[in-house]
Amino acid sequence: MNQATQDKPGGHKTSFASTQRTDMWWVEPLLTGLGFLCFVVYTTWAMWQANHYWHGSYLSPLYSPVLFVDPTAPGAVPLEHAWFGSWPQWWPKFLPASPAMFILMGPLAFRSTCYYYRKFYYRSYFLTPPACAVTALPQADYKGETKLFLFQNLHRYTLYIAVGYIILLAYDAFISYFHHGKPGIGVGSLVLTINVILLSCYTFGCHAWRHLVGGKADCFSCPAGKEHLGHKAWSKVSMLNHNHQFWAWVSMIWVGFTDFYVRMVSMGVWTDFNTWGF
Amino acid sequence: MAKRMFRVWRGDADGGRFEEYTIDVDQGMVVLDCIHRIQALHATDLACRWNCKAGKCGSCSMEINGKPRLSCMTRMNTFAEDEVITVQPIKTFPLIKDLVTDVSWNYEQNKRIAPFKPGKKNKDGNHVMYQRDVERVQEFRKCIECYLCQNVCHVLRDHDKKDKFVGPRFMIRLASLEMHPLDTEDRIPKIKEEYGTGMCNITKCCTQVCPEHIQITDNGIIPLKERVVSRYYDPILALWRKIFSKKDPS
Ligand code: SF4
Ligand code: SF4
Ligand code: FES
Ligand code: FES
Repeated sequence: MNQATQDKPGGHKTSFASTQRTDMWWVEPLLTGLGFLCFVVYTTWAMWQANHYWHGSYLSPLYSPVLFVDPTAPGAVPLEHAWFGSWPQWWPKFLPASPAMFILMGPLAFRSTCYYYRKFYYRSYFLTPPACAVTALPQADYKGETKLFLFQNLHRYTLYIAVGYIILLAYDAFISYFHHGKPGIGVGSLVLTINVILLSCYTFGCHAWRHLVGGKADCFSCPAGKEHLGHKAWSKVSMLNHNHQFWAWVSMIWVGFTDFYVRMVSMGVWTDFNTWGF
Repeated sequence: MAKRMFRVWRGDADGGRFEEYTIDVDQGMVVLDCIHRIQALHATDLACRWNCKAGKCGSCSMEINGKPRLSCMTRMNTFAEDEVITVQPIKTFPLIKDLVTDVSWNYEQNKRIAPFKPGKKNKDGNHVMYQRDVERVQEFRKCIECYLCQNVCHVLRDHDKKDKFVGPRFMIRLASLEMHPLDTEDRIPKIKEEYGTGMCNITKCCTQVCPEHIQITDNGIIPLKERVVSRYYDPILALWRKIFSKKDPS
């Protein structure tokens, strides 16, 4: 039995999303696209709440560092924790007095220029291509990352910012083991500690980091044959880099969960088991 | 032995169609065996390219149920028993006949790349290279030039930007030269301007189809992109070069 001639010799169709693939190729871009959307919706909602981001000595990572604070909001940090004191007068009234508004740009810029996230959103949202051997969304003159997306080349600068956040979040995790100066431990301390560990595995597996710590060298043992420090660092980073996608997802989900955890205990919905007994 | 149905594309650059063939398939057969059986029993003029039947010559690239694969490495028992198997030539290169395409564009790209240029020898008259340096570039040397990555890359396949991008196979050739400790040639300007690192949007289909499991994107293209960033886009490095007469801080 014969079939009609196809678009291109070889039987390949050229219209958008056409393919001869018989598997469910659309599942992965759909799920990753939806999964990330859920995270964006949750973070935006959490940022908009402007409350319940602090409990005992636990600070939600979506709100750290706190630059200004409106201490009257329920579940807000005490005034002395804000870097620059109370909420500024000039803040527009139509926006909530949320400390998260000042700081979410950093992590957002880091993740949105990350090589892994680029892979995923070029596939899921820009459909170039939606999946392998599935026809990409037609473009009159495809330019890749040479024009509109040229800014992606500054990813390493967002990395420098992200490393700053890791230091701040490590400090937040550290102080979560003290309540009014008294050392102790709570489930929240563990949640915050896991958060900074996962974020470190993601951040220090970054491709730009891998280049900067050693990958940029053409020779790992010149001139005398001795191993460079850069090679040692590059090998360690390569191990994390190998699972960069995994760390990207678990760290992102855990950041959301950490905020949710602090929010729930701050609202009194969940009880935080801890040695301080509050 | 089981009867299996194949849809094989037959035709040339002027057009053609899928023809259906039913053959007996024995245990252990790969798709290339089935193509040979179809040739022997039903279509003696069916054109296909192959050589080693061991996944090492890179000749037998085809699209099997829409996926770019080596037909000699695609076992029949990986398909469901009642699955019809569609076999097509690779899409990105001009069709010659049936399953055979003209991949000579790739050889032209290869010629554009400045070859290995070693520096001075040591006093004892030798070049020395250490194992840890060998390891990084060795991965790229596993390439069997099957061009499945070139075929699946949407920049070439869908957007037809063959004038702007040499494709993933040649990106890893460039990476193997640029990361070679003995090489002295500087290809970074051309990597940016002519070979087109910026055209790749790191969607990783090349890595996904590579039968040699070369980490084309992570170990080849992204490191090259980062080298281009250091040379052309990093403002602090640019300032550094201005102040310290063009030497990179490394
Ligand atoms: S990662 Fe780049 S080179 Fe590889 S298939 Fe995608 S666009 Fe092409
Ligand atoms: S890199 Fe892999 S897919 Fe590309 S030509 Fe070489 S072996 Fe084939
Ligand atoms: S590449 Fe993912 S964080 Fe840099
Ligand atoms: S025939 Fe050589 S790789 Fe398939």
